[in-house]
Amino acid sequence: MLYLQILLNGLMLGGLYACIAVGFSLVWGVLNVINILHGSFVVLGSYIAYFAYVHLGIHPFFSIVLSGGALFALGYAVQAGLINRVVGAPVLTTLVLTFGLDLLLNNSMLLAFSADYRTVRLENPFGSLVVANLVVPLNRLYAMLLAVVLTGLLYVVLMRSRIGRAIVAVRMDPEAAALMGVNVKRIFALTFGIGALMAGGAGSLLSLIFPISPLASTDFLGIAFVVCVLGGLGSIAGAMVGGLALGVIQSFGALFIGPEHGLTIAFVLLIILLIFKPTGLMGRRGYE
Amino acid sequence: MTRIIPIVVVIAVALVACLPLLGDNYLLRLGTMFAMYAVLALSWNIIGGFAGYPSFATAAFFGLGAYTGAILQGAGIPMIVAWTGACVMALVFAVLLGMAILHLKGHYFAIASLVVAEVLLEIATSWTGLTGGGMGLNLPVLQISIEAQARLFFYAMLTIAVLALLMNWLVSRGKVGFALRCIRQNEDASSMVGIDTTFYKVTGFGLSAILVGGAGAIYASWVFYIEPADVFSVLLSVKPIVMAMLGGAGTVLGPVVGALVFIVMEELVWRNFLSFHAAVLGLLIVGLIFFLPNGILGLVRRRRAAGLKPEEEGAA
Repeated sequence: MLYLQILLNGLMLGGLYACIAVGFSLVWGVLNVINILHGSFVVLGSYIAYFAYVHLGIHPFFSIVLSGGALFALGYAVQAGLINRVVGAPVLTTLVLTFGLDLLLNNSMLLAFSADYRTVRLENPFGSLVVANLVVPLNRLYAMLLAVVLTGLLYVVLMRSRIGRAIVAVRMDPEAAALMGVNVKRIFALTFGIGALMAGGAGSLLSLIFPISPLASTDFLGIAFVVCVLGGLGSIAGAMVGGLALGVIQSFGALFIGPEHGLTIAFVLLIILLIFKPTGLMGRRGYE
Repeated sequence: MTRIIPIVVVIAVALVACLPLLGDNYLLRLGTMFAMYAVLALSWNIIGGFAGYPSFATAAFFGLGAYTGAILQGAGIPMIVAWTGACVMALVFAVLLGMAILHLKGHYFAIASLVVAEVLLEIATSWTGLTGGGMGLNLPVLQISIEAQARLFFYAMLTIAVLALLMNWLVSRGKVGFALRCIRQNEDASSMVGIDTTFYKVTGFGLSAILVGGAGAIYASWVFYIEPADVFSVLLSVKPIVMAMLGGAGTVLGPVVGALVFIVMEELVWRNFLSFHAAVLGLLIVGLIFFLPNGILGLVRRRRAAGLKPEEEGAA
């Protein structure tokens, strides 16, 4: 029974991890840019949800629209204004650039919001569901379900919409896409915006579960790294599988090794995977 | 022109070595930091500049060196032996790590090297019996005057900075540098024409670690107290990259010039914007990427090339 409970906890955590990582994976796959800003984007989304709840009384589940919209605008602007200028440069250039931007954003958040940990305390908590000795905290369950819905929406957008098809085309072959009349730079900016939007949405959902602080951004970034490597880069299904796998592994790791080593377990796993199977559990695939 | 440069460098090193004569301990501390930054930037330059591998492992080597030195000194081993031990430890670690992760390319290599430092940080934090855990580790205090200590650590740091410079010069002129440059331009083609890419990459990675380990150990002896978050900080991996790019990555003198400019800017920023210094560092990085993509030396070289004759310039 204990193992079943831990499996359940891991799956609930994993859905959120997938939502954190899917935007990061999209940006990495399409732009070949590692977005070090991603963790800070998640935190910024959490803060937007927090202030929307405290000042406007908007429930974090609904402030996804706010945080997602704000982060989309920010992401679009960052890509269109800055990263697009160096997007073809060697890996190191874009990596160092997003690192610099992250220092800027994270330090600004630290100054604006302080390093204090905050949490959204709902006036009407959801409570928990108890089924046959299994305890299911409802806020986690709903947040996880919403995260899966959000990820699924992204999948539908990529599959069905014109913009989504253009993104997939640019991922496969930017030059061919350009010849077909796709404005590649604009698609890059849109993709980066969507990546940030997913981070913001995930941040809103996480604000109900994890304490919010600018210091948490590196944890989220680390999770995104591991999920991408676990699931293989560049597919939403991969991010989903990677997220769930990481959630379950961390939950069991917390039981057997100790909860304080959650991220370490994930990182050790990442290094082992990179050494032996860099294409991830699912193998390399595109956004088909 | 090229003949003058070595003479200028020797004179510059001699002038820096005279710094203690001024008797200003603040300047001496800055000088020691400058030498340490120069070691880190020059070492990163071997793997990051010559070979073009985006390594974020500098913090791992530095922290490993700092802890090796501190633990050895704590066991009563003489300081200089402890420092040497730290160099050896960093070298062995880098060679083993390199054999494991140097087959990765681009972002995958960057992430693997970044995460290694994080894992070491966690190990150092958890292994309380050996490292003192998050409480940190105190080193034995030297029984000499404060001024003598400041001079001692300044000269120690300066010595390995000069060694790092020599190493870069030798590598850039020698076979290793040639192989690493080939790898940067096209690894598959290099392997095709008979360059043992794995061997040279691991060699380059090992060279980029050995003196960083020493710098970490000297740093530990210098500040008497280390803690995991301090010596495994990700900024220790990023700053050398920024310095090398600032001066000109893949050149011998670029990292030194970058380290000098960087430490002056860092000192001004620390003094004037204490709570905003990370953001200012971020701004500096962004500006560097857009306005100085080839570094200061790249700019100088281009000016000169434009003035004299159109010259083939290596894309840094």
